[in-house]
This record gives sequence, C-alpha cells and structure tokens, in this order.
Amino acid sequence: MSVGAVLRAAAVVFVAAMLQTVVVASLVVGGGAPNVLLVAVVSIGLLRGAVPGALAGFGGGIVVDLATLDTLGVTSLVLTLAGFWAGRYGETSGRGRRLAPVLAVGVITVLAGVFAFLLRYLLGEEVVAEHALVTALAPTVVLNTLLALPVYALVRALVREAPAAPPAREVEVIA
Amino acid sequence: MGALGVSVRRVPPTPSSSRGRGPLRRRLAVGVLVLASLALITLSFRSGDEGAIAGAQDAGAAALRPFAVGVERVAQPFRDAYAWVESLFDARSEAERLRGDVRELRQRAIQAEFAVRENEHLRALLRYLDGPRFPAEFRPVTAEVISFPDNAFTQAVVIAAGSRDGVRVDDPVVTADGLVGLVSRVTASTARVQLLTDQGAAVSALDLRTNAQGVVRHARGTRETLVLDRVRKRDVVHVGDEIVTAGWRSGSLSSLYPKGIPIGEVTYVGDTDTDFFKQVQVDPYVDLGSLDAVIVLLPLARGR
Repeated sequence: MSVGAVLRAAAVVFVAAMLQTVVVASLVVGGGAPNVLLVAVVSIGLLRGAVPGALAGFGGGIVVDLATLDTLGVTSLVLTLAGFWAGRYGETSGRGRRLAPVLAVGVITVLAGVFAFLLRYLLGEEVVAEHALVTALAPTVVLNTLLALPVYALVRALVREAPAAPPAREVEVIA
Repeated sequence: MGALGVSVRRVPPTPSSSRGRGPLRRRLAVGVLVLASLALITLSFRSGDEGAIAGAQDAGAAALRPFAVGVERVAQPFRDAYAWVESLFDARSEAERLRGDVRELRQRAIQAEFAVRENEHLRALLRYLDGPRFPAEFRPVTAEVISFPDNAFTQAVVIAAGSRDGVRVDDPVVTADGLVGLVSRVTASTARVQLLTDQGAAVSALDLRTNAQGVVRHARGTRETLVLDRVRKRDVVHVGDEIVTAGWRSGSLSSLYPKGIPIGEVTYVGDTDTDFFKQVQVDPYVDLGSLDAVIVLLPLARGR
C-alpha cells in the first residue's frame, strides 16, 4: 500500500471508530445497533487484503477500547480477526463477486458477535447469551448488511482497491 | 499419463499485496496482532485501574476526548433527527390520545424542534438542581454524554467530566427524571457510568406508597427493563407505584445512593407458589438509551 492509501485507510478507521462510539452505538433499532466500524474494517479487508484488514481492525479496536474505557484489547482482538477473515475471503473466493461485501459483512457480524460473547464470558463478565446472541445480534446483522454496500462503496472511493492481478499464465506439464 | 503434454491453467495469483509477501508473512502479521491484543487484555486485567496500562488508557481516552466531543457536536442534529423519526414511529403505535401530539410534532420545523428540546432539557436540569427534589448533602456536576457502549454486553456511557471536576468512583449519577447509575471508572477528564440496566448494577429501593423494600436489578435477557427483586410476599406492591432509592444508613456504613431518587414505575406484579419473593417489573423513568446530559452527585462531606 502507498503512504497515501495507508493514511486514508487510517483516517477511515479512526472516523468510523469515533462515529461508532459517539453516535452509531446509541442508534438502537429493534434491540441492536449497527456496527459501522466492523463494516469499514471488513470493507478494507476485502479491498486491500488480509494484513491491511487485520491492521485496520486492530487500530480501530484500540480506538474503541480507549474511547469507551473498556478492557483494552478485547475489541481489537475481535476486529483483527474480522479484518483478516474478510481479507482472506476477498483474496480467494470472494474476488470479483458483486455481493461479496454483503455476504462477508453478514457472516463476519455473526462470527464476531459469537466470538465477542465467548471472549467476554471467558474474561468473567456477566453476559446473557440470549440477549447477546439473539436479541441484540439479529438486528445488528440486518443493519450491518444494509450498511455493507454504501460503506464499501465509500471506503473503496477513499482507499481504492489493491492493484489488479496479473493475467493467468499457462504452464506446460512435461513428462 | 494421458494428460501429460497438455497445457493446463494455473490458478491465478490473488491481487492482494499481502499475498505477494507470502503466506508466512501474512500469518506472522496477524499472529503478532492477535498476540498484541491478548497481551493488552492480560495486562489490562492484571494491572487493574492503577497500573501502567490503565494509565496509558486514561491518557489515550483524554487524547480522544476532543475528537469525541467534536463528533458528538457535529452528530447531534442527526441524532436528534433520528430520535424524532423514532419517536414518530413509536407515536404511531400508541393510543389515540397521543395522535394529537404527533400531529403537533409534525407541524413543527425540525430545526426549531432541536432548539426547543435542548432548551427544555437544560431547563429541566436547572429546575431539578434548584428544586426541593435535589438531594441535600450533595453538589451537582453536570456533564455531557460523549460515548455509548459499543457492544451488547456492557450497559455504560462515558461522560465529559472526570477527577478534575471532583468526580470519583461510586458517585451516583441522575437526570431530572431519575436515577441513571453509578460512576464505575474515572480519568482526569472523563468518567464511565455503569447504567442501572447493566448486569452488575443493584440498588436498594422501596415502593414509595407502601414502603415495600427490595433491590432493583436488571431483568436478564432484556435491554432496558428492571426488576424489584427480594420483595417479600407479605409486602404490598401495586402496578403504577413509584419506586425510589432506599438510601439506607447503618452506623458508619451507608448506601451509595441518596434516599428518594425516583427509579421507575411498577408495570407488573407477579406472585407464584414456587418463588420466595414477589416478581415485580419496573419501567425506568430515565430513557437510558438516549441520554444527552447527566448530573453526577458529589457528596458535600467529601469536599472539593
């Protein structure tokens, strides 16, 4: 990634993290709130690959944990893996698919929700499975999926996609 | 062997830059990030609220505060617009009595409504601070809410007041409508407030009309419903009764919450043969999902 792309991606992640903690997290619809930072991290992963996705998730998670005075590292761990998974999906089977952002955001929202629940349970926090995995997660999946395409388009306009792959080469199998 | 000599297509390389660096470097990079996160979690837990990590987090939170306040200010009209739309949907599902209010709300210009709401909110806070309902032996610190929980596990908000303003851990937090919660963590310029609806919150409370005592807790599996727990079966509680803080005192020990702060209204009273206590559901007076500003109560006895 060029320095400009790195700076633009960092700005996207920072703005998304601040928006998430200050505004979006309070917009509860049907029991759950959208997670614009997760959608932005997945978009960066799809556009730039697994490592930039993981870095964006780590950075965004740190900002969220600092801003909310939550246990440092929890959100960054969840978002690091989310960005990495999105990047791997974008590098392999998701490449060139128009609905890849929607599919990736939907699946990763569920996985991240379950992982965050398990992580907080392991850390000894009192969490109610039904609320965390059904009441709050179901609307979050729907809202994140709705946000997927517009946020992806915005992130693509700002960060741009990784350079295209070189054309496929033919190999000769010789005896 | 028959396939030898024919040309086959190789799977094209992926476009990502990370692929070019090789799978090993990719795995190494994500491994380092995961380990860094785990190390932060471990250090954060082991050092508690006093260690180096907590200090670094406090400094980070202080550095982010201007951004949070800025974003909050910029986003306020949009949040108000969202709240306006949300209230419109709620109003549609309510009884005929409220439809007139909805029509009236529709006739107002949105911008004018923003100003009216903000004005009314601040006036209510002022009336509360100057009125007889404000608890004696406390002085108020009014603070803006600058961030909300990012997940479904924590019911807490961060406010723009901290130890510099005299705020300490365990200080009660209220609005003009009633009890909000308790300060659970403090930095120099911000503080985290554990809401009444958090799983860990518990408040000694009583029924203002019948004096039935209990403990207000969060109702498991819901977001904003409370229960009045530990109410004996012989005690009387009616739907519609007002629940307030008990504010007990025993020798040198006393409740963290002052006496008589409104908490909510009883919406359901149940009594089964298998339970030792009554089941009392309470609807909080404060809309904990859309807090704009709160008042932290600082005990006068502590000084400034």
